[in-house]
Amino acid sequence: MTLTLSSEDRAQLAGERGPANRMAMSILVRMAEISGAQTLMDITAAHIDSTIYTGEATMEFAERLASLGAKVCVPTTLNVSGVDEHNWQKWVVPPEWARNARRQMVAYQSMGAVPTWTCAPYQTELKPSFGQQIAWGESNAICFANTVIGARTERYPDLMDVCAAITGRVPASGLHLTENRAGQVLFELVDVPRRVQQDEEFYPVLGHLLGHIAQERIPVVTGMEVTPEEDQFKALCAASASSGAVALIHLVGVTPEAPTLEAALQGRAPQQTVNVSMTELREARRALTTAVGETVDMVVLGSPHFSHAEFQKLAPLLAGKHRHPNVQFLVTSSRFMSHLAEQSGSLAALHDFGGSVTVDTCVLATPMLPPEINVLMTNSAKYAYYAPGLLNTQVVFGNLEDCVRSAVSGRVSRDNSLWEE
Amino acid sequence: MGRVIQGTPIVPGTASGAALVSDEPLSFWGGYDQTTGEIIDRRHPLSGQIAAGQVLAVPCARGSSTTTSVLLEAVRAGKAPAALVTDSVDRFFALASIVAEEMYGKPIPLIALPSEDFAQLQSGQWIQVEPDGRLIVTEPV
Repeated sequence: MTLTLSSEDRAQLAGERGPANRMAMSILVRMAEISGAQTLMDITAAHIDSTIYTGEATMEFAERLASLGAKVCVPTTLNVSGVDEHNWQKWVVPPEWARNARRQMVAYQSMGAVPTWTCAPYQTELKPSFGQQIAWGESNAICFANTVIGARTERYPDLMDVCAAITGRVPASGLHLTENRAGQVLFELVDVPRRVQQDEEFYPVLGHLLGHIAQERIPVVTGMEVTPEEDQFKALCAASASSGAVALIHLVGVTPEAPTLEAALQGRAPQQTVNVSMTELREARRALTTAVGETVDMVVLGSPHFSHAEFQKLAPLLAGKHRHPNVQFLVTSSRFMSHLAEQSGSLAALHDFGGSVTVDTCVLATPMLPPEINVLMTNSAKYAYYAPGLLNTQVVFGNLEDCVRSAVSGRVSRDNSLWEE
Repeated sequence: MGRVIQGTPIVPGTASGAALVSDEPLSFWGGYDQTTGEIIDRRHPLSGQIAAGQVLAVPCARGSSTTTSVLLEAVRAGKAPAALVTDSVDRFFALASIVAEEMYGKPIPLIALPSEDFAQLQSGQWIQVEPDGRLIVTEPV
């Protein structure tokens, strides 16, 4: 199987569209050969995860492309960066880190991308549509786009997403093609009561379980009795893309490519069938907590970035209360969502409670936390999964109410009534 | 002369080093210290091992999109593995290697092996990687 390029692809590769397009296309062509693709195909939107600053190499890559005159050729959103551009001084971010991370932001912005600085691009005005071919980076966003919207993106590594945005092309392979979108692992919910499925904690817990078992395969879930809200989908996708490399989930009767089990499986037999009862869910929920004691140093919410709906859900829980002096309370969000929260008064409720907001980035992507923070509490399975390795902290997983209650009392307090045997 | 295993050169190159082998996938984001080459995913069997300059054999990359960036940082810092061996075509490792060549002229040789050959690799073996995808494996003395 050999790769056939269009005349436009060849023009880009030959440098006829400028040196940035030549560099981006040469990387894409080598990746297409490795992927076994026969052609490249058009995409009509991109989301760039390469904005995450990991050090001088990612900065130099962005600046090399920018200095060669790179411009994105499709509507392009930007993922979280390495620094809260205007508020990093409030935390312990080293100035050199902030300077370099900002240089990287400037480079990507200069390419004509929209400075959304969010890991939830599906909650912006540039949300894609069903069937749209897109090139997205950021594992949770990839999963949301494929699962909830029915847009089509492969799981793009950092540094490749920007090449797609510049050239408008990707290898015609993977999840762009219908035949690769069939479900592979069948998860049957057995005796999971409706009241559990309605609970917000169900979604990160189920996602954690799906990712752990499916790894990079496509899960199909039967037995759903409720249609999740957008932020519940968000939690499900982020969790399964952390504990595994899940890029697409079919919820039978719920998600757009799964009207029936047969449709989700495209008429094929599943590779594996897994029963999911309350026993497995309890185990997955337990696995999200690593801390053993009752102390908590910080509550952190918003991975993926907190939406306006989540700010509005949080605000009444905070009313008339104040955080314990020993517990910090942080929400990570986008500029856009925090601006909406400011206008609706939800942000004032957070500030009155003694909490704060960080935008553009998150606690995993910028070195903002002081060393005395040892135990984090969160309602995010993604934070819970990555914090022990990336931040060297312990974590407690709980729902939004648990997080607020614990922040007020200064001790971990979780309502387990829904989960008890 | 050691035993020869024929792999597929995903990114061809020459390298040699002691083998560090695990059947667990590895995410470099949160799993690899780019400044020291230490594997820092505390749930990973190779946790605490230094992979810089060694031939790292894991089935594939896990999870995060940012594995590519961390591997590129490690190349820049001189703390990347000498070569990578996988049991499938891993696009994340491949991209990091291709961009490392583009940016720094230093691709990391990346070889894919059939699963049954991958299963024969063991930590401590000396592996020489040839541009045609052959691994020459010498058992430790």
